[in-house]
Amino acid sequence: MRFRHDNGGERATQTICPLVLHEVCYEAGEQRLIDHISCTLEAQAYTMVLGPNGAGKSLLLRLCHGLISPSSGSILWNGLAVREARRYQAMVFQRPVLLRRTVAANISYVLSIHGRPCRQRQTLVSQALKQAGLLDLAGRPARLLSGGEQQRLALARAWALKPQVLLLDEPTASLDPAATQMVEVFLEQISKTGTKIIMTTHDLGQARRLADEVLFLHRGRLVEHGPAAEFFSAPQSKEATAFLAGHLLWS
Amino acid sequence: MHDFTAAFGTALALIVEFDHDLVAIVSLSLVVSLPAVGLAAVCGLPLGAAVAVLQFPGRSLLGTLLNATMGLPPVVVGLALYVLLSRAGPLGELGLLYTPAAMILAQCILVTPIIAALTRQTIADLHEEYDEQLRSLGVGPWRTIGTLLWDGRFSLLTAVLAGLGRASAEVGAVIIVGGNINHVTRVMTTTIALETSKGNLPLALGLGIILVLLTFMLNAAALAIRDVTKRAYG
Amino acid sequence: MPCRILSTSLTVVVLVAVLALPAVAGERFITVVSTTSTENSGLFGYILPQFQQATGIAVRVVAVGTGQAMKNAERGDADVLFVHHQPSEEQFVAQGFGVQRRDVMYNDFVLVGPQTDPARIQGMMDVVAALAQIAATPAPFVSRGDDSGTHKLELSLWEAAGIDVKKASGSWYREVGAGMGATLNAATGLDGYTISDRGTWISFQNKRKLAMLVAGDPRLFNQYGVILVNPAKHAHVKAKDGQAFIDWLTSDQGQQAIADFRIEGQQLFFPNAHKEGS
Repeated sequence: MRFRHDNGGERATQTICPLVLHEVCYEAGEQRLIDHISCTLEAQAYTMVLGPNGAGKSLLLRLCHGLISPSSGSILWNGLAVREARRYQAMVFQRPVLLRRTVAANISYVLSIHGRPCRQRQTLVSQALKQAGLLDLAGRPARLLSGGEQQRLALARAWALKPQVLLLDEPTASLDPAATQMVEVFLEQISKTGTKIIMTTHDLGQARRLADEVLFLHRGRLVEHGPAAEFFSAPQSKEATAFLAGHLLWS
Repeated sequence: MHDFTAAFGTALALIVEFDHDLVAIVSLSLVVSLPAVGLAAVCGLPLGAAVAVLQFPGRSLLGTLLNATMGLPPVVVGLALYVLLSRAGPLGELGLLYTPAAMILAQCILVTPIIAALTRQTIADLHEEYDEQLRSLGVGPWRTIGTLLWDGRFSLLTAVLAGLGRASAEVGAVIIVGGNINHVTRVMTTTIALETSKGNLPLALGLGIILVLLTFMLNAAALAIRDVTKRAYG
Repeated sequence: MPCRILSTSLTVVVLVAVLALPAVAGERFITVVSTTSTENSGLFGYILPQFQQATGIAVRVVAVGTGQAMKNAERGDADVLFVHHQPSEEQFVAQGFGVQRRDVMYNDFVLVGPQTDPARIQGMMDVVAALAQIAATPAPFVSRGDDSGTHKLELSLWEAAGIDVKKASGSWYREVGAGMGATLNAATGLDGYTISDRGTWISFQNKRKLAMLVAGDPRLFNQYGVILVNPAKHAHVKAKDGQAFIDWLTSDQGQQAIADFRIEGQQLFFPNAHKEGS
């Protein structure tokens, strides 16, 4: 795919898709929480990771992003190790972690971490805030925003880095429907610019609205992987069927 | 009870008259304790944050050491410093003994572990909350320390105030390295000790009341500033 | 913005510290290590300004017990030693730590105790016998226990009375390890007896039910001596200015100043510096 990554031309950019997982396992103590997952995720599809509570969705995301290391197996982003690929990604968590400074300062902070020159930062910040609909809150302390506004700020902050891949872990789980809708709209705009999105959710309606591709996890195993339309209309496994019917709530 | 009433009376009289000696002693106390705490903060804040954030061998040992040295006896620190700074000691050439500089040094040694240990606790809690997000953003360990220190600034102010409390209250260290020299190294606490030994209890108590009042005012001012800025920044 | 606040406050802090360092560094001064009796009684507060006026030299007094004062002087942390235990002072000079010892002034020690006087020693002229009576009662006795001139004198008197106070330590004999004032505070608090120099006793403000009971025994004579710390042993000693102080103390002007110092109309110290060579 054509990369969308602007870093001021400092170094030759590198596409990090496709993401290839091979026999990935993750153990915590005696328990195996991720069990031999293998799959390939191409760019451009909006990938949803679904599954009941405790299936390992968040863990899988963190493994791909490099926040934790697998006990065995390999994770490669177009041949790159997770640590090197991380700078082309951004992650948004269920609860946004914002710094005790203004909305604008939160974004210029990450830009300075990534070495964007001072003069560029102002413009990039305004762009990101405009996209998130937060421009008139630029001078407000970030922690005083509402839940929905904070999550949009977290998204704007992630987006300001122009990542190739955006990972989101249940980003709207704590938000009301109105805020959820604003986040989904923002996500669709981001997806349209070519950024790959990998997202976990327990909201089936949201999955149906947004997903192009679905990974269904159950007890740490990858049970189904395919186009969203097929998954929702004709699930292959009994676990997926039960899940879609609303019976399978926990792993 | 008579002593206490006399003490309040003495304290009031000293304040109202703006007693010359009192002003000199209070000024010197501030000139010693404030820079001491400032230096201790410069050393202690990054130290505590580093122990909280960085991974290195001996980390938990260092953490235990920090907690233990919070309770360093002032008189022992004073004595050790005296031996170092004495003309017969290794640092005698500096000529620091019996000067305010020695007192600042002594209080800095006493206060740094307090600030460092309390900082470590605050930053460790913050680190737990922020770690994943900061790693995701690609923030390196040293930048993390700076970011957490700034973000935790409201709680860290309490740590610094704890240090200030310790500095302005101690007498054991400054009396040994300072010598309690009139007009040169005599601060509030050593004056109280002196007046007590002269049997002048109402004056000693009165000065004690003024000292407590002063510490209270410093704390109140700092916390008021903190509350105002906290409300502004959340 | 946060960085600017931080660096500004740091600059302020460092500036204050730097200003504090040479606070009185421009001043010409000597360091005199002395006992608590000369400082706490107010003598130094009275005579030192006169010395400074005459010579322009300020005197910084570190007032601790005689034992500590001598150790400080041995280490070279002072220019002049001014204490009150002749045997120790002579040893100090003999060992080469001091240049020469001169008499300056004297007063006496007094035996104080509760007005109720359980040991019945009031008015006695023989201090050794009085101490023996205190031990016999036994009534609480507070000792300085700090190797000071007062302490050493007290121990010599117990020895003369043939009483082993080490054995009694903790029972009726209480060693507080403190200066004269703190010891008097303890005596007040414990309703106990103690030996004090007259200067500190008169200027002491917390007497409550304590009273002076025995005085005048020649063995209670208290001589003060002054010694210049040997510049041969410690090159940094301000020998010239230190000697100027000693010369002034033993001069007519200094001696008169000492004699003129009074508390409640009473003279506390009696000048007795002999001419050079005493």
